[in-house]
Amino acid sequence: MGGFPILSAMLLVPLVGAIACLFSEAKTARMIALIATLVDLVLGIVLWMNFDVGGAQWQFTERAALFAGFDYALGIDGIALMLIMLSVFLMPVCIGASWTSITKRVGEYMAAFLLMEVLMIGVFAAQDILLFYIFFEAGLIPMYLIIGIWGGDNRIYASYKFFLYTLLGSVVMLIAILWMVIESGTTSVPALMVYDFPPEAQTWLWLAFFASFAVKMPMWPVHTWLPDAHVQAPTAGSVILAGVLLKLGGYGMIRFSLPMFPDASAQFMWLIFALSMIAVVVTSLIALVQHDMKKLIAYSSVAHMGIVTAGLFAFNVQGLEGAMVMMLSHGLVSAALFLCVGVIYDRLHTREISRYGGIAINMPAYATIFLFFTMASIGLPGTSGFVAEFLSLAGVYQASSWAAFVCTTGIILGAAYMLYLYRRVAFGPQVNEDAAAMPDISIREYLLLVPIVLATLWMGVYPESFLAPMRQDIAVLDARLASAAPQGDAHFEMGKGTPAEEAHAEGEAH
Amino acid sequence: MQTSILIIVFAPLLAAIVAGLGNRKLGNVPAKVITTGALFIACGFSWPIFLQFLGGDVPATVVPVLKWVQSGTMTFDWVLRVDTLTAIMLVVVTSVSALVHLYSWGYMSDDPDQPRFFAYLSLFTFAMLMLVTANNLVQMFFGWEGVGLASYLLIGFWFKKPSAGAAAIKAFVVNRVGDLGFMLGIFGTFLVFQTTSIPEILDAAPGMAGSTITFLGMRWDTMTILCLLLFVGAMGKSAQLGLHTWLPDAMEGPTPVSALIHAATMVTAGVFMVCRLSPMFEAAPAALTVVTIVGGATCFFAATIGTTQWDIKRVIAYSTCSQLGYMFFAAGVGAYGAAMFHLFTHAFFKALLFLGAGSVINAMHHEQDMRYYGGLRKQIPITFYAMLAGTLAITGVGIVGVAGFAGFYSKDAILEAAFASGTSAGNAAFWLGTVAALLTSFYSWRLLFLTFWGKPRWIESEHIQHTVHKTPEQAGEDTTGGYHPHESPIPMLIPLCVLSVGAVLAGAVFTHSFIEDESFWNGAIAFNEHLIHSMHEVPMWVKMSASIAMVIGFVVAWYGYIRKPSMPAAAAQQLGPIYRFIYRKWMFDELYDYVFVKPAFWLGRLFWKAGDEGTINRFGPDGAAWLVMRGSGLAARVQSGYLTSYALVMLLGLVAAITWVLF
Repeated sequence: MGGFPILSAMLLVPLVGAIACLFSEAKTARMIALIATLVDLVLGIVLWMNFDVGGAQWQFTERAALFAGFDYALGIDGIALMLIMLSVFLMPVCIGASWTSITKRVGEYMAAFLLMEVLMIGVFAAQDILLFYIFFEAGLIPMYLIIGIWGGDNRIYASYKFFLYTLLGSVVMLIAILWMVIESGTTSVPALMVYDFPPEAQTWLWLAFFASFAVKMPMWPVHTWLPDAHVQAPTAGSVILAGVLLKLGGYGMIRFSLPMFPDASAQFMWLIFALSMIAVVVTSLIALVQHDMKKLIAYSSVAHMGIVTAGLFAFNVQGLEGAMVMMLSHGLVSAALFLCVGVIYDRLHTREISRYGGIAINMPAYATIFLFFTMASIGLPGTSGFVAEFLSLAGVYQASSWAAFVCTTGIILGAAYMLYLYRRVAFGPQVNEDAAAMPDISIREYLLLVPIVLATLWMGVYPESFLAPMRQDIAVLDARLASAAPQGDAHFEMGKGTPAEEAHAEGEAH
Repeated sequence: MQTSILIIVFAPLLAAIVAGLGNRKLGNVPAKVITTGALFIACGFSWPIFLQFLGGDVPATVVPVLKWVQSGTMTFDWVLRVDTLTAIMLVVVTSVSALVHLYSWGYMSDDPDQPRFFAYLSLFTFAMLMLVTANNLVQMFFGWEGVGLASYLLIGFWFKKPSAGAAAIKAFVVNRVGDLGFMLGIFGTFLVFQTTSIPEILDAAPGMAGSTITFLGMRWDTMTILCLLLFVGAMGKSAQLGLHTWLPDAMEGPTPVSALIHAATMVTAGVFMVCRLSPMFEAAPAALTVVTIVGGATCFFAATIGTTQWDIKRVIAYSTCSQLGYMFFAAGVGAYGAAMFHLFTHAFFKALLFLGAGSVINAMHHEQDMRYYGGLRKQIPITFYAMLAGTLAITGVGIVGVAGFAGFYSKDAILEAAFASGTSAGNAAFWLGTVAALLTSFYSWRLLFLTFWGKPRWIESEHIQHTVHKTPEQAGEDTTGGYHPHESPIPMLIPLCVLSVGAVLAGAVFTHSFIEDESFWNGAIAFNEHLIHSMHEVPMWVKMSASIAMVIGFVVAWYGYIRKPSMPAAAAQQLGPIYRFIYRKWMFDELYDYVFVKPAFWLGRLFWKAGDEGTINRFGPDGAAWLVMRGSGLAARVQSGYLTSYALVMLLGLVAAITWVLF
């Protein structure tokens, strides 16, 4: 790439677009936003194609000292690359999804989304921990605005709840970050990732970071902001919330909690497993009884994020890679599910499941695509959801068969609530006349959904494209965690008088 | 051979994609031609491969397709592998599927959604082929779930009917319970063997004897727990006792689907899996005992229900469930060859029975209740003879030492093997299997007598009343109501005839290869030569037992449904609660509803209302809001909704904090 600061360019393009949108009327603002996000997508593809798989850990680094050791430092590894790709892929979709449904203060709306894109890319690219923190927290501001201004009837309550939860975690994390910077004398994330904090300090630091990441994830029991936020947010807001914002917590854990505090992570493994297991079972059961479509999918997100956290804390390669694929897969699939809800919401203006029914008759193409994402959500092999679930749960199994067993029940519950939803919406007779009169999806909606279908299949059939860039980073992390990794509960033992060569299986199976 | 394998597997997929995406724009005929053509091509390539294996001593062919997943030491790729076991499944799957495609030209000819139907059928075939050609457990799981998807889509094909939607979900979710076991089994296998490649696992399996592992806090023999977990998956897919409840409901799907998926192919995947992993199961005798007991129990239990049902498709569905039980206990006693042989013959005669039933239903204007049939022998003779051939095959008619229909060879081999195994589980399975043979004969002949013999009772049927515009009173003496059943069209009759040939001959032609020829299997299954020997040495009464049971069953059915038709109702009256218990399918649906479904919804509501809203929100954010509201007027502005002010405050706070620390 020579010396071209591509990451800065990716921040600058939407930023300029955002400012331009603020001063434009509706029509122009839409075009500006679309173009800016598409340019960023192209830049993202250039970034991916120039990423040297197996090369240096940190690539495309940029650094400019600002003041007192606080740097403007950018750079990415494979993990960040994949999450940036997810962000730039979903952004044009968000703009497209808002094309006709947003008519109020369009300029500001588009500016909020573009600003969000800047901040999301910033979070994943930041190499300075304070810079990360600013992006990380500021990323929520446009989201507050999107829910609070363009949201549904109860938007103030939802945005307030969102604010309250995140505020709580952020304050303690900031204190922890400041302590870390003083202790280690550096603000550089790569340096901190290999810095050995004293084990007793790790415990407190881990908990401080956990407070913030658990809310962002969200993990049970600090998840209750998510259903409300989703229900009140406009479609594109839900897309970006489920698609990218929910990945911040997982990214934080894999970037900070695990490498910086390996001993504390091992110590809290069971806390994470317990919360993950509760998340999978409890929120799946709650999803089963929902009658609001968006709430149902929001609860299913909590369950999926439970698999992510369990996979991350399995302390092995499969768990980590599975958790990463789950983040990417969930980013695509839940975003697409919210789009699917948006498609029929735009027509009927209700999220009440019982108001639909039998729409496979009048909207066959829609029903097919909705079914595809339903199946991807429940991890049907061939879609990204399967690779994600399979790898993370295989990782968890090596750490604990109990955790794996409980989390794997999610495949039953997930099938139950998603298919139950699908049946009530798409199957059965046409009971509501207005629902029966809805036209099938338009070209614009095809353009939004089909790329996600293709990406989901790609990740399901040939996930190597996505795994390869992350492989080395995960291996480094796995090596860093190796000394702290707790032993699995399998305790495999060979029978008496068996050949010695078989015995190595135990050692490798952590 | 490599190219033909690729064509066999991917031709149905391409056809499914074209027909599915083209859908109504493509039109009915092109969609049907493409899918049916693809299946006949696949079938045409499969038979030469099978015949080649029949010659003996052919090694497995492996065709790499694409890399799939590499994660640390865990790798699995898209690979097609064909050995004897796969070759058998290839001919079963592609032959039945091709015939069912053809049959559907006639059966579905009035349906407005034909391209979708044919696309689903072809998609199913692709998934099934991926399952049987799998070289690693994960690809097998891909096929496993893929056929589950196709099954879901096809059961729910007439999605406007609420019962179809419900049955589709039930099939998928109950199968997922099995898949939970399958998945954990794969995880455990990977942990122990450090690979998911089936040949590598099978090679290493004998060496694992005596090893132990902890699972869910308990200490287990490694191979026992792994095989049991995998077997839970097999139980789900093959509708074994406990996880069988979805199969009868799956009859909501169109009848060709029942023939292909819920009789001949998909439901046998569990048997295929146990045979494919037979060296693993051989290293786990305790797991094999469980397989034997579950198989024996299922074969008996499902047969009892089959004797009481009135819906023609449900009788055959329970019959399928019961026959799968035979296959499992054959595998359980180590007679994998006999299990696969029964799978093979069963595919032909059970597909035949279902397609025959479809032909009857077609003739009787969608009436499925046998109480309203009767006397159809002369009206639809070809269907009658086809179903007769199927019945002779399933009941195992034949003369020991001379010749017989297909089921005669495979079922007798299974019963002999169970007896010869000498274990107490095998012995129990033998007796259960023999009683089930009697019941099989009874319900099969009952079906035939009710449908084709006796006086027509057609006018009692609402479907017929609707067609002839008469009530039973108006019809008076003429119990046909003036209705004229018609024989089905040619595309439906050809598959019936072809399958009839299979039902008559498949046993006699292939019995030697499947049961006794080790070079035919060539290592594809664990071949127990000792067991084959003892099978020849079982006492004569054992060899005769199945035939005797068959004759008794026939006589009872003849007496009850031809000689003295008042007998069954009187017997049902006499048996009272026992009859009702069996008629209501051993109350499994009621039990599961009470134990699983209702509590799940109840718990969901509890966690939602009392948990999330009543506790977390109440003491969390809402509680905080309440405190704030009660507090100062300044804090009350938090509720004002000026979000920009929060953002500003936050950024200011951040800058202040940094400044404080750094300067």
